[in-house]
Amino acid sequence: MATVEKQATFATPGQPGSPVEVKARYENFIGGHWVAPIDGEYRENLTPATGQAICEVAHSGPGDIELALDAAHAARDAWGEASATERSKVLNAVADAIEENLEMLAVAESWENGKPVRETIAADVPLAADHFRYFASVIRGEEGSITELDKDTIAYHFREPLGVVGQIIPFNFPLLMAAWKIAPALAGGNCTVVKPASPTPWSILKFAELVADIVPEGVLNIVNGPGAETGRALASSKRIAKVAFTGETVTGRLIMGYAAQNLIPSTTELGGKSPNIFFADVMAQDDAFLDKAVEGLVLYAFNKGEVCTCPSRALIEASIYDEFMARVLARIEAIKQGNPLDPSTMIGPQVSKAQLEKVESYVEIGRDEGAEVLIGGERSNLGGELADGYYYKPTALKGTNDMRVFQEEIFGPVVAVTTFKDEREALQIANDTMYGLGAGVWSRDGSRAFRMGRAIKAGRVWTNCYHLYPAGAAFGGYKSSGVGRETHKMMLDHYTQTKNLLVSYDPKPLGFF
Amino acid sequence: MAARVTATSQAVEAVHRLVAKHGPVVFHQSGGCCDGSSPICLPEGEMPPGPNDVLLGDVAGASFYVDSEQYARWRSPSFLIDLSPGPAEGFSLSLPDAHFVTRTPTAQA
Repeated sequence: MATVEKQATFATPGQPGSPVEVKARYENFIGGHWVAPIDGEYRENLTPATGQAICEVAHSGPGDIELALDAAHAARDAWGEASATERSKVLNAVADAIEENLEMLAVAESWENGKPVRETIAADVPLAADHFRYFASVIRGEEGSITELDKDTIAYHFREPLGVVGQIIPFNFPLLMAAWKIAPALAGGNCTVVKPASPTPWSILKFAELVADIVPEGVLNIVNGPGAETGRALASSKRIAKVAFTGETVTGRLIMGYAAQNLIPSTTELGGKSPNIFFADVMAQDDAFLDKAVEGLVLYAFNKGEVCTCPSRALIEASIYDEFMARVLARIEAIKQGNPLDPSTMIGPQVSKAQLEKVESYVEIGRDEGAEVLIGGERSNLGGELADGYYYKPTALKGTNDMRVFQEEIFGPVVAVTTFKDEREALQIANDTMYGLGAGVWSRDGSRAFRMGRAIKAGRVWTNCYHLYPAGAAFGGYKSSGVGRETHKMMLDHYTQTKNLLVSYDPKPLGFF
Repeated sequence: MAARVTATSQAVEAVHRLVAKHGPVVFHQSGGCCDGSSPICLPEGEMPPGPNDVLLGDVAGASFYVDSEQYARWRSPSFLIDLSPGPAEGFSLSLPDAHFVTRTPTAQA
């Protein structure tokens, strides 16, 4: 057995010794205050680790969205006129608050979503803090432009805020995806109304508790409730100037439809079925790079596969398939599944029972289509208090790219594996999908990796790496994976509009009339 | 030939309850991301079907659409509409304690 000292499992939020306090019920965060939903309705919020309730959260309706919009509009002018220096200071203070409470937020996020706490400590929460810092810094470097059209006529270009925006967050990275959306909106001088995902309404409210005294009242508002009522009321409102959404395709279409009806812009991120391509030369040496490539395939299990860019299609050059997959399967076999609050846990439960059933159903569909189950392929029963949690074993299916398990996003720890004979076929398979969010290319040949990277129809091609999400690298979809980019300063273009002042300093009339 | 869309009795009952509350509804089969494989149930007229939507059948009188490319890439399966506990994601109408899911009858089923 390893002699490394084992870190203790974090106490369950709300229990003695936990860094996370839990109130019995949570209201909406509107205008810097906690506001009860108008109808007084709440819903139980469950942890997927055990299926038990964490707390109750507001079950809001359209009237609550109106209250949040009232608060946002009341704050709009002052925040929009705040200098970049002032806005930057607020965003940096938000980042500080996240970092000072890293463990608390990481444990809350882990317990609500089911993701392993070692991921939330090392990735989700630090990345969320860094996102605020990134946008705090880039707005300090923003400049308008001046064009001298002739010696007396000048075009000034200013960036102005849109006003009040609506932002709808997915369940897979409740805090980080919120940071991806909130940071640029606030940086651009906008006020926002945020609708968290129904399965994960709570960790963002722990974040709100931290920043309630940092962010001016009404600049950030959070309303929980069902998408069909609360989300719809927000996305279709005449009182928002832009809507941003991450989620599935039909709601993405709806969002874009509402935006069209209201003549406002939208940005959408709608999922993927990302290819992760391994050329034979990864096995040219038995070294750290090969080890990195093996891990690169197994990253499909990161966040239990609930990632829009999950590398869910592994394409392996046929000549190395047996040897490479032997290493991969050994690595998958070693994945430790368990209580997400145990720092040694590598994979936790799916976010909800419905997601667990979906994963199970897709593996059945794969079997039915003739895919071979290389490993996993069933639920995990971890027993004890985890017996009712939503655990599924990390799974690999071997098949062909025309199978449904290669075409539809499963959103679970399931990789669909196939082989290719040459670069041309690898590219053909990689692009044979509706989606184009992410991709991975692994090769020791830089020229080939570059060619592939440019030819793959996806918004991001990780090259000799995967699942890195640094602020400063643009993220977004090609094809059916959505419209718009995040995590880069170009996002300020999505959250500001250009004001042109066209000024004549010439006293003479035109002479037409 | 088997119907391309069928529904469990619970799903049918849920449609009746939603129609009583919201008026006529339709389904659009979704794809991608968090709740991607779910059927999204919407008030009729909320999202008029586009030229690339295929009408596959109905669930208790509610039209069921799927994007034509998605349907082809899924190898044109039959769909069984069922209920699952918990809240709906996306903007789908749902019951307070259950939402619609799409199941695919397997060859053994």
